[in-house]
Amino acid sequence: MRSNIQFLAVLAVSVALVACGGNRTLPPSDSGSIYGEDEVADNNADSSSAAGSGIRSTGLDDDLAGSTTADTLIIYFDYDKSEVRPEYVDLLATHARRLAADGRQQLRLEGHGDERGSREYNIGLGERRAQAVRRLLLIQGASSAQISTVSYGEERPAAFGSTESDYEKNRRVELSYRR
Amino acid sequence: MAHLIDYEMKKSQSSRFIRHLGSLVIGSIIMFLSSASNAQLVIEITKGASKPVPIALVPFGWDGDGQPPADIAAIVRSDLVGSSRFDVLDGEMLPALPTRGVEVDFDNWRRVAVNYLVVGELAREGDEYSLRFQVFDVYGARQVVADRLIVPAVDLREAGHRVADVVFEAVTGIKGVFATRVAYVSVTRSGNQQTYRLIMADADGNNERPFVESDEPIMSPVWSPDGRSIAYVSFESGQAAVYVQTLRTGSRRKVSARAGVNNAPSWSPDGRNLALTLSDADGNLDVYVLKLIGNKLTRITSRRSIETEPTWSADGKTLYFTSDRGGAPQIYRAPANGDGEPERVTFEGIYNARPRVSPDGRWLAMVHNDRGRFRVAVQSLENDSFQVLSDGALDESPSFAPNSAQIIYATRRAGRGVLETVSVDGQVSGRVKSVGSDVREPAWSPFRP
Repeated sequence: MRSNIQFLAVLAVSVALVACGGNRTLPPSDSGSIYGEDEVADNNADSSSAAGSGIRSTGLDDDLAGSTTADTLIIYFDYDKSEVRPEYVDLLATHARRLAADGRQQLRLEGHGDERGSREYNIGLGERRAQAVRRLLLIQGASSAQISTVSYGEERPAAFGSTESDYEKNRRVELSYRR
Repeated sequence: MAHLIDYEMKKSQSSRFIRHLGSLVIGSIIMFLSSASNAQLVIEITKGASKPVPIALVPFGWDGDGQPPADIAAIVRSDLVGSSRFDVLDGEMLPALPTRGVEVDFDNWRRVAVNYLVVGELAREGDEYSLRFQVFDVYGARQVVADRLIVPAVDLREAGHRVADVVFEAVTGIKGVFATRVAYVSVTRSGNQQTYRLIMADADGNNERPFVESDEPIMSPVWSPDGRSIAYVSFESGQAAVYVQTLRTGSRRKVSARAGVNNAPSWSPDGRNLALTLSDADGNLDVYVLKLIGNKLTRITSRRSIETEPTWSADGKTLYFTSDRGGAPQIYRAPANGDGEPERVTFEGIYNARPRVSPDGRWLAMVHNDRGRFRVAVQSLENDSFQVLSDGALDESPSFAPNSAQIIYATRRAGRGVLETVSVDGQVSGRVKSVGSDVREPAWSPFRP
């Protein structure tokens, strides 16, 4: 129960931030139904997956802030860093809630890095990023049996160039559900 | 799912079939002495101004019907020129066309100012070929080395590389590596779909043969010390796993597929163990040694930091590896039996990773962050002197030639991955021809038996 209270607090803060934060268009959450299992938006641009609830996902304007395909969510990291940026905390809280609410949900975390530095060390950095996300999910109620991690290092880039903007798109953890 | 491309490794078999028939004229002791003295002379010159050695290469004679089945001299020429250590005189510039020693008039060759002369002849010998060649010291008016090889038709190209190896060693004192091979990873992309291949080629980039293909990443190929197998990482199951594949048969074994990371394999010099990187339940990477027979696992590091990229010292007693326990990646070493504390080895700059020890044990190659550019550097294991060898921005994956004199590494040119070579003294560099795709992670083979 205590973790639930923490979770509510995190959500309340993040909702407040979103409300006054301008273009970070997380799903509106003016009703209490956001805490219901089915209503948890997975930030899916395809609103049909949330059909039936009053909640509609609009996606995010900034494609670096959580672009999605199907049932995959991507969060991005700073150069040589594995700390989850504050802007993703509420998103991850939502996913932790989804996992906690349904033990059958299985989440795979794929850690990635940019091409700079040695390949196997970058496997280490990718794993570190995936683990940072995993820890945030675990402390908010997901169970370790629901989460698997894999690090691809720099081997599966999302963007293929060598510019700073390509690198930003490649330093990421992809969250995908498999059940 | 990865496809194992099952091709017949004629090349590795062939080394057994190319038979040496020994020197024709002079005893081996004399040959050895003269090549040793030449070596000293040439090494001096190379260190100074990297001056190529003038050498004449006469088209090989052909004793048989029709056209010769291979232009051996052209293969030798390409190897010698590609090494940057030779100034090769051939074609119209040749004052005479001898194919055997008795026909050589040294005055002719002194007049065109070459230090060395190579002559030879290819002849049909049953189903096979006989390849005879001699290397002369023009000013000393003596034969430096000579040999006769019996060569199956499919191995004529390799035989040319072997002649080049002999010439290279006779002149430079360094064992030639033209008849060795390089394994590497290639990636082709169409849209968002990538195809990863593990490829083997001759050291000059010719004769490319893919032997694993997958839609999922393949990485970190390393040769077994006997040159018969390659260990690598494949993500074909959706997780990293380490495989060992026998080249000749194409058969393979999954040697590590534990939960989490199974990466960075490296073969011990005795061929019995693989060092590798595994992760625990918290995703923490540490270095382990896996005994290939019996699967016994020994833990080498136990830290919260990233510990990875293990590689063995030449004597097999020490493991070098990358660790960011100090906040940024640096290279450390620890006893390979797991019995002892790691000590830091590199102190130059803020980032040193992916170590490789030269087969002679004298050098440590690594990826070094040189003011924001990632470059290949070497550190002497004898006196700790440090030198940056490459000049790109994304240079990585250095691998020593079996003669310890050269390093092959991957870099990016015009948005594509290519392979380049550099001598350990930084004096000579070159590029390996690559066809079409994006290539990376070269691993230079051991010498053939």
